[in-house]
Amino acid sequence: MERNIAQIALFAAMIAALGLVPQITLGFGVPITAQTLGVMLAGAVLGARRGAAAAGLFLLLVALGLPLLAGGRGGLGVFVSPTAGFALGFPVAAFATGLFVEHVRLHSAGLAAGLGAVFGGILVLYLLGASGLALVSGKSLIEAFRLVAVFIPGDLLKAAITGMLVQALARVRPQMLAWHRVPAGPRDFRL
Amino acid sequence: MISLTSPVKTRAHHWPAGLKLAGLCLASTGLFLTGSMVVHVTALLLVLALYAAPGTAFFRAGMCGMRVVVPFVLILLVWHGVTGDWQSGVLITLRMVTLIGLANLVTMTTGLEDLVEVLQHLTAPLGRLGLPVHLLDTAIPLVIRFTPVIVERAGTLAEAWRARSCRRPGWRLILPLTLQALDDADHVGEALRARGGPLGSPQQEP
Repeated sequence: MERNIAQIALFAAMIAALGLVPQITLGFGVPITAQTLGVMLAGAVLGARRGAAAAGLFLLLVALGLPLLAGGRGGLGVFVSPTAGFALGFPVAAFATGLFVEHVRLHSAGLAAGLGAVFGGILVLYLLGASGLALVSGKSLIEAFRLVAVFIPGDLLKAAITGMLVQALARVRPQMLAWHRVPAGPRDFRL
Repeated sequence: MISLTSPVKTRAHHWPAGLKLAGLCLASTGLFLTGSMVVHVTALLLVLALYAAPGTAFFRAGMCGMRVVVPFVLILLVWHGVTGDWQSGVLITLRMVTLIGLANLVTMTTGLEDLVEVLQHLTAPLGRLGLPVHLLDTAIPLVIRFTPVIVERAGTLAEAWRARSCRRPGWRLILPLTLQALDDADHVGEALRARGGPLGSPQQEP
């Protein structure tokens, strides 16, 4: 119980830190902040419920006025801005990512996490984000989606990184991934 | 930890936070219900007046906080301009700017403690339904405490990287960062448990 709370709080802090640290921007021409990577990681490492709790806790602190969103944004204004759908979608995205890794059994933890991140962090998150944008801007969902689609390549990259990180995590701390059952038989200690 | 609360003390700092939030909700709902241009322009001017009332320092800080909406304003106006419905484009942009401005105003004039208090009031009924909302009292300070710790650690990791490589540090720093965070979580969990943490059922609290 206490460990769960600590993990949820620490991952909420991770989501915040990943959006604030300039060194971890994923530069490929345009700097992409790693905040949604934090959301994908929270879902993929902690699982659906605790991952969603971590993202929700992060969002709560943003609402309470802490400038934790990428670019130092925060406060209640975030929740009426055109990106509100994305912000409010964070817990749902983490939940969906966690749900995917918990229910789709794949041999490779990294592959499961990567695909889970595509499902939760891209499919679900963009659906909510585009809905929010459509609502605020008064445009149709399709038009809103066309506008946000430019960010999808960057998020595909983040999903791939999530997969690689979880793959590495499954090797060094397999007990941390509650959803990942090490397949029976002789353990594979290759690195 | 830097907060978005304005250091310039205004009279609104002393108003009850719940009242400000209720006002914000009412104003937002009202603006969404009306399609009148006059009401929207008046509302925006009113919000600007509220920003200007406490003095230039407050006004400048407020406008700084509004800078992030500029790209959205441009996108919305161009977007509606291209599709040819200027009228609704201007209306929607006005509404967005007013609402964000008003919400930021509440954030700027309300301290973290006041908002946490409102949060406790709002979540109290949920607690009676059996949701573990009392855990928030532990979780919120933990996040506030550990965010700067993780940011600092990422800086240290980046420095260590730069001392050993001429390539720029990137996502590779995230694995050690995550591992350290997970280990920290174990230690914090143990520490909370050792102190008989406030994490049992809410009835156990004195």
